[in-house]
Amino acid sequence: MIPLLGITTQALFAQLLVGLINGAFYALLSLGLAVIFGMLNIVNFAHGALYMMGAFFAWFLLNTLHIGYWPALLLAPLGVAIFGMIVERTMLTRLQGLDHIYGLLLTFGLALIIQGLFQNYFGSSGQPYPVPDLLKGGANLGFMYLPNYRAWTIAFSLAVCLLTWFAIEKTRLGAVLRAATENPQLTRAFGVNVPRLITLTYGFGVGLAALAGVLAAPIYQVRPLMGADLIVVVFAVVVIGGMGSIMGSIVTGFALGLIEGLTKVFYPQAANTVVFVVMALVLLVKPAGLFGRKA
Amino acid sequence: MAEAPLLSVSDLHAFYGESHVLHGAALEIREGEIVTLLGRNGAGKTTTLKSIMGMMAKRRGSIRYGGVETIAMASDRIARLGIALCPEERGIFTSLNVEENLLLPPKIAPGGLSLDEIFELFPNLRERLRSPGGKLSGGEQQMLAIGRILRTGARLLMLDEPTEGLAPVIIQQIARTIEKLKAKGFTILLVEQNFRWASALADRFYVMDHGQIVEAFNSAELPANRDKLHAYLGV
Repeated sequence: MIPLLGITTQALFAQLLVGLINGAFYALLSLGLAVIFGMLNIVNFAHGALYMMGAFFAWFLLNTLHIGYWPALLLAPLGVAIFGMIVERTMLTRLQGLDHIYGLLLTFGLALIIQGLFQNYFGSSGQPYPVPDLLKGGANLGFMYLPNYRAWTIAFSLAVCLLTWFAIEKTRLGAVLRAATENPQLTRAFGVNVPRLITLTYGFGVGLAALAGVLAAPIYQVRPLMGADLIVVVFAVVVIGGMGSIMGSIVTGFALGLIEGLTKVFYPQAANTVVFVVMALVLLVKPAGLFGRKA
Repeated sequence: MAEAPLLSVSDLHAFYGESHVLHGAALEIREGEIVTLLGRNGAGKTTTLKSIMGMMAKRRGSIRYGGVETIAMASDRIARLGIALCPEERGIFTSLNVEENLLLPPKIAPGGLSLDEIFELFPNLRERLRSPGGKLSGGEQQMLAIGRILRTGARLLMLDEPTEGLAPVIIQQIARTIEKLKAKGFTILLVEQNFRWASALADRFYVMDHGQIVEAFNSAELPANRDKLHAYLGV
């Protein structure tokens, strides 16, 4: 191995891989937040709790119904999305036209309740979730060992992110969504059922969070507070990328995961704070975020 | 026996928050007519259109379209009955390109114009299909705003000040378009400050003042009412 600044390339690539994995989760979560913020004008603080629910949904499927990883990848996001849409219809919809702070308080309260309920039953310890058989093992790339499941996580979340971007920016449905984000009143006056579109959008954003939760289950343990730990960083990612920007959340998510990984190699003490340092710097130069439009 | 009107508004009241802006407005439009709503700024013309479209949250009275009471309907349902609005501020979506703007309003009934027919009316649009909505000139924006409600199959078109701020040559083009639309059987409710321009197009006129209809006459009665009109519209 060739050492670089006293660091082996093996350690470097290992941390870059960890960074990419984290980045994949940042991207999926901040993408959902961006979609929800654009359409509902709500900062969804329940996002971390819904991510955790996705992981637990998969865990329940496996341990009570013996339904494995692959069906869970579809069923858990669907189940959590339905839960989210009920929340939207019964609660969030009443906050329309009010200040952002109300949506923030409501979703924050929901997150505390959901996490509290899960903690009540599971404590704070983690439940293991096995890697699916198909993705066990790994490949030796010569310079590093790449576990198959981690490669899958990165590739799959990148694909989901890009598909979402394509659907929003390039399709007919996406055009309706963008129009409703820009001017809901006029879009509705053209005959589009905007309230239903809002509910489905919230369901979709929440489904992305749950999907991230299922992907995370075999890597991290399934814990009631798994989302609470992650969400703070994800909000920093959203602020850096620019609130509501689709491509911004994807690029920023992966980039910050990598930056975090690199920091772990070169200056481990700062690994947990580097995202917030970047956030402060970006806000100094571009208050609307890297990809954000001026509010 | 007189045919039942396509749109009939009676005792219409509308509010912006606590502010009461329409005070019992009433008007009727028959199928195939062009009706112009005249009146000073702030008389309630735009609010009347928005109330018919269901965009005023606080409204009461009666609005019947094709015999259906719409006063309590959400605007998306009203649109699906066959009413379409071209708003005063044009409402072009800047995050959509011209083609996406044009295709945005869903088809609600057969009988709308095809894209080719729309491009025949507004050839400029065909060349700008990929341009972002925000990059159009004022005239192009107006053409797009009118063009996009012709596709849907809506039969009653409400155009709010379609000539505002446009060059004379484009104003003429819009007049020819409105004539062609009438020939195709569309019913048109026009709000217009440019009285001379509107007088050449419309079959009938309503004059609004302080949230009420104060005068109604047809184009034949126009010369006799000129002085009265100037009193309502003049400064």
